[in-house]
Amino acid sequence: MKILVPVKRVIDHNVKIRVKTDGSGVDLANVKMSMNPFDEIAVEEAIRLKEAGKADEVVVVSIGPAQAQDVLRTALAMGADRAILITVDGTVEPLTVAKLLKGVAENEQPGLVILGKQAIDDDANQTGQMLAALLGWSQATFASRIDLGADRAKVTREVDGGLQVIDVRLPAIMTADLRLNQPRYASLPNIMKAKKKPLEQKTPQDFGVTVEARLRVLRTEEPAVRQGGIKVANTAELFDKLKNEAGVI
Amino acid sequence: MAILLFAEHDNAALSDQTAKALAAASRIGSDIDVLIVGKNAGSAAEEAASLAGVRSVILAEGNALEHRLAEPTAELILSLSGNYDTIVAPATTTGKNVLPRVAAMLDVMQISEITEAISADTFKRPIYAGNAIEVVQTTDAKKVLTVRTAAFPAAGKSGTAAPIKIVETGTAGAGLSSFVENIFSKSDRPELGSAKIVVSGGRALGSEESFRKVISPVADKLGAAIGASRAAVDAGYAPNDLQVGQTGKVVAPELYIACGISGAIQHLAGMKDAKVIVAINTDEEAPIFQIADYGIVGDLFEILPEMERQL
Ligand SMILES: Cc1cc2nc3c(=O)[nH]c(=O)nc-3n(C[C@H](O)[C@H](O)[C@H](O)COP(=O)(O)OP(=O)(O)OC[C@H]3O[C@@H](n4cnc5c(N)ncnc54)[C@H](O)[C@@H]3O)c2cc1C
Ligand SMILES: Nc1ncnc2c1ncn2[C@@H]1O[C@H](COP(=O)(O)O)[C@@H](O)[C@H]1O
Repeated sequence: MKILVPVKRVIDHNVKIRVKTDGSGVDLANVKMSMNPFDEIAVEEAIRLKEAGKADEVVVVSIGPAQAQDVLRTALAMGADRAILITVDGTVEPLTVAKLLKGVAENEQPGLVILGKQAIDDDANQTGQMLAALLGWSQATFASRIDLGADRAKVTREVDGGLQVIDVRLPAIMTADLRLNQPRYASLPNIMKAKKKPLEQKTPQDFGVTVEARLRVLRTEEPAVRQGGIKVANTAELFDKLKNEAGVI
Repeated sequence: MAILLFAEHDNAALSDQTAKALAAASRIGSDIDVLIVGKNAGSAAEEAASLAGVRSVILAEGNALEHRLAEPTAELILSLSGNYDTIVAPATTTGKNVLPRVAAMLDVMQISEITEAISADTFKRPIYAGNAIEVVQTTDAKKVLTVRTAAFPAAGKSGTAAPIKIVETGTAGAGLSSFVENIFSKSDRPELGSAKIVVSGGRALGSEESFRKVISPVADKLGAAIGASRAAVDAGYAPNDLQVGQTGKVVAPELYIACGISGAIQHLAGMKDAKVIVAINTDEEAPIFQIADYGIVGDLFEILPEMERQL
């Protein structure tokens, strides 16, 4: 079985972002960019499934600028077999990403697509579900455990009440939650080897998809800033403040 | 035109999240129908009918719909969508699972986790873990939205019950996936999403046992819900449904007490809209103190038992 893993290049999760003062967006100039953390988890899961003999090829795909090659190389260094870059400049909305991924899935015919549950820049949490809809496939979102069979899979999902186990028919779309696994670091020899692994470049036209924006971002604002308060010496003082100053207990 | 609100419930009872999403929907328009998808969900439907601002309740029941699996639920919503120009759901794990599937079938870009409705087509939503707020206008004729419920008050009760209409459900989407089991942690405490007070523990708790021994008594005395940081959940000190943050639950209680939590941006994303924040941490430089109204620098293993004695 082939596993397809879409990976997005996003601002590194340790970077504190800055909203541009003119409200035109978030300042991304000279900011460290990395693979979306959930996508690292998705890549790791695909590689583990391959190592367990349940999959035979892991293909990673990214939609983004030329620099998105870096995150694809990272995925190849982790152990993915080959990569596809669909070059698009500027933001691409999840619906368009899903349409492009549908094209890739139709060409590649994977048995499983594992995405991240959410990109940490747009926090949209939609692409996997949209891709499942466009392909008419089953979906198992927010996965914290995947038991892959030959034509079905059992997936444990993190839901509001706790955990939910479902059984899905393959081919399926899954999205990775934080506790699915702990992604590995690529070793130096593997980073070197990854440079020679195939990376194919495509354009949206190759899939007959026009990149269009449905949402117009009118402005980007700074969230309400919260001022730090005071330090209290002990719990007696704390309760006094909570009762008499804040009135919350 | 009208608004369809996909309700959160557990068949027996309606979730508070539905009333909050209803409050958000009321800022967009007034003809709001609440959709209850499930099985033996009559009591949830009756509760929905009693909420102020509901025009009618649509009850769709079936075996494949009992657990609101994404594929048949999305097909059902799609089949009803012709009568609505806006489809809304609370951003619960069910709403987040189902609605993007509906959006894609309608060829619409979903707007996720709105915190404000400026007009029928323009909304505010947080991005980058809440470190920026985007004002977005959709150009899609049909609007598909999820609501960050912590940002809205719950709609109240109405004097008269809205009518409940039962719809026939087909088999579209059934069979692609099936429900196996829910492994839910039972608790008598208030629900994390709607509690007035939340006591949260982080990595500093060190074990599941000390999490329970140190956090629970204080939470019980305060009538509070319990929350946790990702580090505490990853380490197995607390179950996953207690995680607060960018990718956990977003809460806005009156009082949030963070115990042994450093205050990473991903955690703050889930609690920085609390009215009052208290932080207990041994490290006076911990980032959590930058947003806490009241901070105590000290060892939580001494401070929490002391709090319990004083309560
Ligand atoms: C994609 C992504 C998503 C994430 N989503 C979330 C999320 O939803 N929610 C979330 O919480 N995190 C999330 N994280 C993780 C986040 O970045 C932090 O790693 C996490 O919040 C740290 O948890 P913590 O504060 O408990 O642990 P630490 O950062 O290790 O902090 C422990 C704190 O305890 C203090 N301490 C130690 N001993 C004591 C003592 N005896 N008494 C008092 N204080 C003590 C220390 O000084 C320290 O400040 C996410 C990360 C990523 C990359
Ligand atoms: N531009 C992109 N390229 C590749 N994968 C993407 C892209 N955008 C989103 N994804 C995938 O979809 C997931 C969810 O993204 P989102 O719906 O934007 O929160 C991500 O974790 C990725 O796996």
